[in-house]
Amino acid sequence: MDNQFQFDWQAAYNSVPFLLKGLPYTLMISFGGLIVGFLLGILFGLLSLNKKWYLRWPATAYIEIFRGTPILVQVLFIFYGLPDLIGAPIDPVTAAIIAIAVNSGAYISEVVRGGVQSIAKGQQEAGVSLGLTKVQTFWYITWPQAFRRMIPPLGNQAIVSIKDTSLFSVIGVGELVRQGQVYIANTFTAFEVYFAVALIYLAITLSLSILLRIYEHRSQSAA
Amino acid sequence: MSYIVNMQKLNKHFGQLHVLKDIDLQVTQGEVLVIIGASGSGKSTLIRCINGLEDFDAGQLEVDSFKLEPKGKSQQSLNSIRKEVGMVFQQFNLFPHLTVQRNIMLAPLKVRNKSTQDAAKLADKLLARVGIANQAHKHPEQLSGGQQQRVAIARALAMEPRLMLFDEPTSALDPEMVGEVLDVMRGLAKEGMTMLVVTHEMGFAREVADRVIYIHEGCIVEQGTPEEIFDNAQNERTQAFLSRVLSN
Ligand SMILES: Nc1ncnc2c1ncn2[C@@H]1O[C@H](COP(=O)(O)OP(=O)(O)OP(=O)(O)O)[C@@H](O)[C@H]1O
Ligand SMILES: [Mg+2]
Repeated sequence: MDNQFQFDWQAAYNSVPFLLKGLPYTLMISFGGLIVGFLLGILFGLLSLNKKWYLRWPATAYIEIFRGTPILVQVLFIFYGLPDLIGAPIDPVTAAIIAIAVNSGAYISEVVRGGVQSIAKGQQEAGVSLGLTKVQTFWYITWPQAFRRMIPPLGNQAIVSIKDTSLFSVIGVGELVRQGQVYIANTFTAFEVYFAVALIYLAITLSLSILLRIYEHRSQSAA
Repeated sequence: MSYIVNMQKLNKHFGQLHVLKDIDLQVTQGEVLVIIGASGSGKSTLIRCINGLEDFDAGQLEVDSFKLEPKGKSQQSLNSIRKEVGMVFQQFNLFPHLTVQRNIMLAPLKVRNKSTQDAAKLADKLLARVGIANQAHKHPEQLSGGQQQRVAIARALAMEPRLMLFDEPTSALDPEMVGEVLDVMRGLAKEGMTMLVVTHEMGFAREVADRVIYIHEGCIVEQGTPEEIFDNAQNERTQAFLSRVLSN
């Protein structure tokens, strides 16, 4: 039996400083992309609720296209395809941020739409009956209530998007997974290094989960 | 004679359903009008047309001398009307994310452009008037149903409306809380507020109404003073309706 595998803690531990060089990229792409995605989500989510078909349809098309295609294909398209169209190269990090932005934006649009639709119609009626304009009613009454309900699904999307950044090793972004691959190429300690990579992802997503739980708990006891 | 509400030949459909049929209704300043009728007869739709929560298909409607056009084609006068017309809903529709005081302050702040100080003072005054001065900083869900509905009335009053619409304000309340809300409404009527009230509280109608209107399948079948309607109804539909509601 020469297949007596021994987990080498030292190897896992040693890889961490090198892996952590990828962390700023992972975080920057995740959060940069999510911030833009949130803005896109508000824009297209609200447009998709509009009564006017010429506003609603483009928003619906955007949502369906970016939810219905793999993010890996989206980023390959942005990185290799888009430069042909615009006649200039796009650097990998920018392509990655755009991919997270448009992808999470589509899902967040649905979160926004669902959140706004979940607010009882009587709330709007009470607002306009008081003489508030439709915009004021939305801004002071519907949105604050909808936003509270959007927090858990938004947190969920953030976790998904953070994990999605691991795909961007394919276009050469030096994020966590890419760093792992480079490290393994020199040390041949795949098991230990991927284990360390996984733990780093888990540390990020768990921190986020905990923050969200605290927020939910607080807003429940406040309301 | 100028009416605060002047409705002529008002018609309204929901799809195939003809819910309001040639409604003629004039309301004078200071009048308390109670609208009664079976479920689905069109009572809510009727009063919701007055502040434009429902649009209508045909006919004439003037509220506080602002003219409303059919099919919702009058956003401008609609906004003017809504500033002058308060509405109280069956389900209260308080804003759950705001404190009681903030619920009342919102419209004075944003529509009347009052200062925060003035709006807060007004809110406290109105809360005292509806008998819940000490609840200002609670959230609506911490109050009983009767208290919530009184906050909703205070919220509408904060705009100093010239007309108040009530759509079954006590129907969602536990029986023991009905009285406290009716008391507030009685007080308003006494102070001369013009009120249109949809209710099943016949005792209240008899005592407070200047005029009672009976609606059946989208038509005003009969109207008159409470005595005329409750003691001496002429139409057999009215008689049948009243004997049904008064017997239980
Ligand atoms: N938004 C709507 N779409 C379609 N039909 C409606 C709508 N609102 C009300 N209706 C119908 O119109 C009719 C009149 O409704 P309305 O709510 O005015 O009756 P109501 O007299 O207030 O009844 P209730 O005592 O149950 O409140 C009913 O048949 C109702 O089902
Ligand atoms: Mg009704």
